[in-house]
Amino acid sequence: MIAIIDYGVGNLYSLKSSFAAIGEEVKVTCDETVIDAADGIILPGVGAFKDAAEKLNASGMADVIKKQAEKGKKIMGICLGMQLLFNKSYEHGEYDGLGLIDGEIVPIEEHINKNLKIPHIGWNSLKITDSKCPLFKYINDGDFVYFVHSYFADKCKNAVVAVTEYDAELTAAVQKNNVFGCQFHPEKSGDVGLSILKAFCEI
Amino acid sequence: MITKRIIPCLDVKDGRVVKGVNFKGLGDVASPVELAQFYTKCGADELVFYDITASAEGRKLFTDILCETAEKVFIPLTVGGGINTVEDFDRVLKCGADKVSVNSGAIKNPDLIKQASKLYGNQCVVISADVKRVDGVFRVFAKGGRENTGMEAISWIKRCVDNGAGEVVLNSIDTDGVKKGFDLEMLDAVCNAVNVPVIASGGAGCIEDFINLFKTLPKVDAGLAASIFHFGEVEIKDLKKAMQENNIPARI
Repeated sequence: MIAIIDYGVGNLYSLKSSFAAIGEEVKVTCDETVIDAADGIILPGVGAFKDAAEKLNASGMADVIKKQAEKGKKIMGICLGMQLLFNKSYEHGEYDGLGLIDGEIVPIEEHINKNLKIPHIGWNSLKITDSKCPLFKYINDGDFVYFVHSYFADKCKNAVVAVTEYDAELTAAVQKNNVFGCQFHPEKSGDVGLSILKAFCEI
Repeated sequence: MITKRIIPCLDVKDGRVVKGVNFKGLGDVASPVELAQFYTKCGADELVFYDITASAEGRKLFTDILCETAEKVFIPLTVGGGINTVEDFDRVLKCGADKVSVNSGAIKNPDLIKQASKLYGNQCVVISADVKRVDGVFRVFAKGGRENTGMEAISWIKRCVDNGAGEVVLNSIDTDGVKKGFDLEMLDAVCNAVNVPVIASGGAGCIEDFINLFKTLPKVDAGLAASIFHFGEVEIKDLKKAMQENNIPARI
């Protein structure tokens, strides 16, 4: 069973449905007992880093996730959920994340040609930089996934397993041992996305 | 490399696709869910569901359809039609919509975009504008293109983006239904005014119209159409192939 952390951020209907579509039992929850019993944890998130980080702390989920990560449970953050895994973010200020992966979240616009549009919205191809990452078991280098974001994870070279080209190379996926993250939305990336979720379930 | 998006639009009334569609090998399809699955398989990059229902019962049918679609289709889904309040945003987002497009609702209530983008993020709010030339000036039309608001369109769209709209759908009333190509002049004016993705709508009649759109205006991010996809005049697979042959980045 996969536990999707419910901490009051965003709409989890599609995410929940995507696991059902690959035949995986899933629970949307903030109950520590359920999370503890789960085989894996998904940390979702949309919106602003500050609000999400506050809600994660206020709900007690921040501590639960850190504890589970330490125990070795597989965890995957998606979009803002991935960004929350890092040390800190510079979105509208400077805010601490969970600190499970070293690196920081910075504005895309400071790293690319000024003519390019922000947010980075749409289907972009993955350049897999670590083919040993188990998330990529069923997909190929160059496959397309769906992105929607204005900030990206920087200074995290050791954890990067895939990048995407948007003038600069932006972090697309990360892994540090049992902790994974996708900047894109696997639940909105068609068959490629579902294959990534399936691979996560099988880890 | 980021790809240009191809987006079929489905008009939904009382839970059914308006007029129905007819595909080779698929027959008559009136179920939005089936049609959404079909387009996804054909390579659509995103789907737009437009609710043209007026009744409360129709609204309920529409959200049921949305939920069912979100259970079966895993590409981005934009919903429009009858979005007048943040409660309307909430109603469709809970059912699996990723983006919500506002048109008349933003004209009636200029704060709607501000409120919604603050609550759900800019990426979630799409301004859909019906624009027509009146005495050589681009004007915003309301009520499905029937009523001239008198507002100048480019400054209106710019204001919506400044208020937090993360994407623009520009529907040219002048070229809509004519099938002689997108309104490149109008699109160019909008692309030069805003720095968020712009989706072209109105006028596509054949594959070449899309090629011409993306070649002439590289700043346009996506092409949207309805009937030419529904009636098989343009097949998305062929369109994507033609884009690739013309060096236009496409997801295949």
